[in-house]
Amino acid sequence: MAAARAVEAGHDVVGVHLALSRMPGTLRTGSRGCCTIEDSMDARRAADVLGIPFYVWDFSERFKLDVVDDFVAEYAAGRTPNPCMRCNERIKFAALLEKALDLGFDAVCTGHYASIVLDADGNRELHRASDEAKDQSYVLGVLTTEQLAHAMFPLGATPSKAVVRAEAAERGLAVAAKPDSHDICFISDGDTRGWLAERVELAPGDILDADGTTLGRHEGAQAYTVGQRRGLRIGTPAPDGRPRFVLEVRPVTNQIVVGPKEALAVAEIAGRRLSWAGCLPLDPAAPFSCSVQIRAHSDPEPATALLRDGELVVTPDAPLTGVAPGQTAVIYLGTRVLGQCTIDRTVSAAPARV
Amino acid sequence: MGTMAIYLDHAATTPLRPEVLEGYTEALRVVGNPSSIHAHGQTAKRMLEEARERVAAALGCDPVEVIFTSGGTEAINTAIKGMFWARVAAGAPPRVLLPGGEHHATLDTVAWLAAHEGAEVLELPVDGRAALPPDVLDGALAGGAALVTALWASNEVGTVQPVAELAAVAARHGIPMHADAVAALGQVPVDFRSSGLAALSVSAHKIGGPVGIGALVLGRRAIAEPLVHGGGQQRGIRSGTQDVAGAVAFGIAATLAAEELAATGAELAELRDRLIAGVLGSVPGAVLRGAEPGPNRLPGNAHFTFAGCDGDSLLFLLDMEGFSVSTGPACTAGVSELSHVLLAMGVPVEEARGALRFTLGAGSTAADVDALLQVLPGVVTRARRAGHSDRVPQLH
Repeated sequence: MAAARAVEAGHDVVGVHLALSRMPGTLRTGSRGCCTIEDSMDARRAADVLGIPFYVWDFSERFKLDVVDDFVAEYAAGRTPNPCMRCNERIKFAALLEKALDLGFDAVCTGHYASIVLDADGNRELHRASDEAKDQSYVLGVLTTEQLAHAMFPLGATPSKAVVRAEAAERGLAVAAKPDSHDICFISDGDTRGWLAERVELAPGDILDADGTTLGRHEGAQAYTVGQRRGLRIGTPAPDGRPRFVLEVRPVTNQIVVGPKEALAVAEIAGRRLSWAGCLPLDPAAPFSCSVQIRAHSDPEPATALLRDGELVVTPDAPLTGVAPGQTAVIYLGTRVLGQCTIDRTVSAAPARV
Repeated sequence: MGTMAIYLDHAATTPLRPEVLEGYTEALRVVGNPSSIHAHGQTAKRMLEEARERVAAALGCDPVEVIFTSGGTEAINTAIKGMFWARVAAGAPPRVLLPGGEHHATLDTVAWLAAHEGAEVLELPVDGRAALPPDVLDGALAGGAALVTALWASNEVGTVQPVAELAAVAARHGIPMHADAVAALGQVPVDFRSSGLAALSVSAHKIGGPVGIGALVLGRRAIAEPLVHGGGQQRGIRSGTQDVAGAVAFGIAATLAAEELAATGAELAELRDRLIAGVLGSVPGAVLRGAEPGPNRLPGNAHFTFAGCDGDSLLFLLDMEGFSVSTGPACTAGVSELSHVLLAMGVPVEEARGALRFTLGAGSTAADVDALLQVLPGVVTRARRAGHSDRVPQLH
């Protein structure tokens, strides 16, 4: 649909499907775990309907290095990565965009629900889509000024995804009936823990509570994420009988720390791997009001942020829960994406936490 | 783009010849199953057997040795699996020998035999031109085998194998050999009788016939188990109602290809040499892959690597300029995979990435070649700027 809009706007459009996964050791392309041949065929048929040429470009090597290996390394380090952000940052708007520019294209156009808005001076800003429920600006938060300069999101202005689907059906595009893509594309069966177990050396270790008491055993610290409740299998219930959550993953000592939900509350998040999406309308060295979003489908929370010694420090007005190092904190000014950082550290809101 | 594009991918498929189209559509109007006993059946049977005789004459075999199939892939599967099963049942060691750089129809068939039927697959090293030296085969055959299989000519780099010498070596060890002559037919002489082969696979659409018909030539002394069971047609090797119109079309195409072989071969070779000289003279870093132009190279094939480029960038840019070419074998998902043929020849991965195959055929002209040579240097420069898809991106 994004391609259809671009064609209608008078652009010279070429459809490109990204081949991102190859089973190692096989010559055939039929065994890809994500981006199935069916997806590729549907994209091709859509291109046929639009009357535009269509190609499959193979970025599987780059994808493995920049997305899959990064995902494994982050989990091995006890963090919770967001591979979709990495893919946008390193593949779609880096490897693909660079190749496209070198081959004579001007921009990469995708179906993300987000809007590019020009300010008074003609500078590009990234904004939430008009339909906030389906807004995807969060996963584009990693884009830099230079990347935004060559990005097009024609679906961002549509009032809702339903309208786009209806329009696609009207045009005879088969994708209209397909379920939305979700989860992690390279883990085809959705079993992230099982997939990781084949790639990260997992060993049984201790489950501790916040004061260091051993409560039980786990199958490998790296298979847990902060905020996780299920799969802990602790024999003895908490004294107050309430569920326990993972508070911390310690890959070095192979321990996980659990505790009550309140102990997940985070008063501050910070990270050094950061980027700005366009020109800054303010001086980030001074504290400024913004909102922060830490997951694709979570709500933005009012916060204060500042850039301090190369680190983006964000203090939400009210403590956040379920924040894990490795996640991306995207900060907004109203509907505008201002920038983001990968969370390196968090400061707990519960003073007693170890 | 579109209908005006210049077609330089005749190895993928080549236009249906007008004579074939005429004979094909005429035959399609005839009703009758060649297995029926009545007059309609007899007419169909006569057309079918005349076609079989034509194909046999073109291939230098007896009509009874021609088994029509749905195409090259089915013929290859029938030959390799069928001969493997029959030979192993007769006491031969469950071993299949083949050169590196075979077509997927062979590679995936022997891989299946290895995975499901306990076959031991021995891939023999080819030389830098993709040819299998007969002494290499000789040395590998000491332990016996169920069969040897090899391309008569490489569909990718155009190298013609020393088929008769290889078959003679195999025969000396008492081992049958099959050749995939799909790419060779219509380009170089393919004569079953003098080749010494036990079996040979061909396809109609590579010589101006329709897609959907091919043939396995199975020598009268060769043994093979069928893949498909049913009414026992075609020596029981390939049951199923026979495709009369397809056979008629194949017969016409095979006859024309054989009659015109010498003339078209010389014409294509001249065009190809014009293309090769032009590319090597105007594109820095271009390397011709496969055998030197001459009797050991298909006359319609020119295959190059362009260092520093990705094949899919080259293909895309040429497509935009109105030239249909190939990076190598056609692929279902549309991904240009790194050529296992080039790797088997010892071409470094970095160079193999920039592979491009130009194949000439009916209708190709010097003007087509010259038009290509006009745009190719610029295309290579641009593709080189885009580099390899695994380069570290700077935009992030």
